Amino acid sequence: MIPFNFTYYRPDSLEEAVRIHSELTSKGLSAVYYSGGSEIITMCRAGSIRPDAVIDIKEIPELKSLAMDESCLRIGSACTLYKIKQSKAYPLLALACGRIADHTNQCRITLGGNICGTIIYKETVPPLLLSDAEVTLLGPEGKRTVPFSDVFDGRIHLLPSELLVSAQIPKWALSAQHFHIKLTAQEKIDYPLVSIAALIKDNFLRIAFSGVCSFPFRSQQIELVLNNKSLSISERAERAASLIPEEYSDRAGSAEYRRFVFKNAIEELLEEWENG
Amino acid sequence: MVKYEDKVVVTLDINGEVHKAAVRPSDVLLDVLRQKLGLTAAKPGCKNGDCGTCTIIIDGLPAKSCLVLAVEAENHKIQTVEGLRGQSPAQRAFVDANAFQCGYCTSGFLMVCEALRQNYPTYPDEQIVEEWLQSNLCRCTSYKEIRNAVRLMYEYKT
Ligand SMILES: Cc1cc2nc3c(=O)[nH]c(=O)nc-3n(C[C@H](O)[C@H](O)[C@H](O)COP(=O)(O)OP(=O)(O)OC[C@H]3O[C@@H](n4cnc5c(N)ncnc54)[C@H](O)[C@@H]3O)c2cc1C
Ligand code: FES
Ligand code: FES
Repeated sequence: MIPFNFTYYRPDSLEEAVRIHSELTSKGLSAVYYSGGSEIITMCRAGSIRPDAVIDIKEIPELKSLAMDESCLRIGSACTLYKIKQSKAYPLLALACGRIADHTNQCRITLGGNICGTIIYKETVPPLLLSDAEVTLLGPEGKRTVPFSDVFDGRIHLLPSELLVSAQIPKWALSAQHFHIKLTAQEKIDYPLVSIAALIKDNFLRIAFSGVCSFPFRSQQIELVLNNKSLSISERAERAASLIPEEYSDRAGSAEYRRFVFKNAIEELLEEWENG
Repeated sequence: MVKYEDKVVVTLDINGEVHKAAVRPSDVLLDVLRQKLGLTAAKPGCKNGDCGTCTIIIDGLPAKSCLVLAVEAENHKIQTVEGLRGQSPAQRAFVDANAFQCGYCTSGFLMVCEALRQNYPTYPDEQIVEEWLQSNLCRCTSYKEIRNAVRLMYEYKT
């Protein structure tokens, strides 16, 4: 049970959603966009948030659609992980979605919720960073489309009352060679100890991570090391491990254990890329 | 646009029947099913999306009813174990395969299996069965028997 009440809005359009959010905020009330709702319900029940209003956006048609146009794949932010996985339109993202939480939760968790939520893993982020994806955002001041990496640095930076509308993935990424490794401390469905996504562009390995530290990231420094074929695979993995941007420990694993698992996973990935 | 502030009467389509309940917008579907509608098959466990014992089917896919608001379920088709009426292939298979001990997790597993059968009319890849079942926990460790029940369910026609 959620021990308090809130007002529930289900707007018919994007513009209406943003208008309600900014009107409530300007009255000093707290409002949250409500997508799959799994994080919002959990946090309300635990008392860590207490919104005055939730604005349910997942029935808005633009947010539910997943479609190709001439240059890219456009994924509405309220698409569920299950829908993205089943479509297989962007295979690397499909693999990542298929490993977030468990199957039943994948039927409700949405792309927007995974990117904009507070849980640190955000495993849909690495495939977006690697593909030079763009995102479209709508706020009271209007719509903007920007490279995802311009608004994401470990967490997404949205303007007041701004809503994530969609992510656009360039076509080349949809057919690029890719690798995905997710390792957990215990069960397959747990949060990641180390989650790695890699995409090959022009024979260059792009790589991004989740679980390794307290935010998902892509690292150009690590990419340069891993693409340096004059070094052995284990030397490259060793150096990459020393470039992890943060020491991160939790109950699933210490920073040292994470580095160890990271190094082994990188070796496995390089082995597969280079030697098939 | 829909706006619900205080108590509101929602109309829910559950097992093909129309149900009405007076709820607060922040009421969770699991609690409404059990406490307002007397549909007690969905069980409260972790209430946190982890254990799966509260699983129901919404629009043909499994959903953990502890992570759904009652007001969001309007205009969607809900199925619970009550709608299986005791004679579904999944229920018969669970009995015949002895796929439970205490039975607390069983209604959640039944709904996952029923949703699996609706989505895959013939026995799918083992990997898919495993993925779907991984959403639910059984603390009496009936996992092997549950896998057997899934196989048996596909042998039973209706
Ligand atoms: C059992 C369980 C296991 C999990 N395991 C993993 C895992 O392995 N890996 C992982 O990465 N994550 C995992 N998660 C975390 C999950 O991905 C996040 O909690 C996610 O936020 C849930 O998505 P949702 O659509 O339900 O979000 P909601 O609860 O609807 O929203 C979450 C937050 O995002 C905001 N938001 C949602 N959509 C938008 C939008 N379009 N624009 C702006 N803001 C928006 C909301 O306002 C809210 O603050 C797990 C969650 C659960 C319940
Ligand atoms: S009670 Fe819903 S998943 Fe545990
Ligand atoms: S039979 Fe007891 S929890 Fe599964």
